[in-house]
Amino acid sequence: MDPAQIAGILKQGAVPTSWYLALSAVLFVIGVAGFVLRRNIITVFMCIELMLNAVNLSFIAFAHEHKQVSGHLFAFFVMVVAAAEAAVGLAIILTVFRNRSTLNIDEIDSLKN
Amino acid sequence: MDPLFFLLFAFITVACGVNVVLQKHPISSALSLVAVMASLAVLYLLLGAEFLAMAQMIVYAGAIMVLFVFVIMLLNAGTEATRGRSWTATIFGIPAILILIGALAYFMQTGMPQLGSVKFGDFRGGGAYQVGYALFTEYLLPFEVTSVLILIAIVGAIVLARKELD
Repeated sequence: MDPAQIAGILKQGAVPTSWYLALSAVLFVIGVAGFVLRRNIITVFMCIELMLNAVNLSFIAFAHEHKQVSGHLFAFFVMVVAAAEAAVGLAIILTVFRNRSTLNIDEIDSLKN
Repeated sequence: MDPLFFLLFAFITVACGVNVVLQKHPISSALSLVAVMASLAVLYLLLGAEFLAMAQMIVYAGAIMVLFVFVIMLLNAGTEATRGRSWTATIFGIPAILILIGALAYFMQTGMPQLGSVKFGDFRGGGAYQVGYALFTEYLLPFEVTSVLILIAIVGAIVLARKELD
């Protein structure tokens, strides 16, 4: 996208939907990077939330594109599932920490071998 | 005005998102994540999703992140250990991330259909009335299934987190 096009967009006062999708992709990649590279189980869990948020942004951008409310409902259900997942996941983290006294995912390897 | 708001909050979102990954202490990551969620709520508002913007603030930035901060405090989680970590994730992870970035960029370049543009106030179907109406007519079955899911999650969380009785 050349600078003249961007200047035109800025003057016109409307953001292309593709910009929202690009932002969503960038956020998703940041989430994946954190998920793969971080070793703290709580941070890894937060990166999953980041990815879910990125997908929600895509859903809502497409809902605006098609002028339909269905995309909002999908994002709403994603939020509900994320809330349930956070509750269960944090309970699992608590139990793991109580049994192993570590939050490092490299040391939680009882299922290996 | 719209592009300025978008660029400002997109920048905050990406900067705080990078900060979530880079911070060594989980509590700093959690607070960065709150900022990401708040600025995403503003972007939802720009996209005409008023109800979801509020739900994002209340459910995500409010409830879920408070749960995270509680757990971080409860476990007294310190900074991440840099010593003695396995390098497998780094060796295989970075190429995988680069492939993902490449694939996403490729599909955005070639496969993107002709999309319109977003102007604040174009789409007025995202209020509580419209979302609620769709939720209780067209999406009633998923809504009810979700309530069962939440019930299972509550019971599961209590069972997992309770103290073992001797």
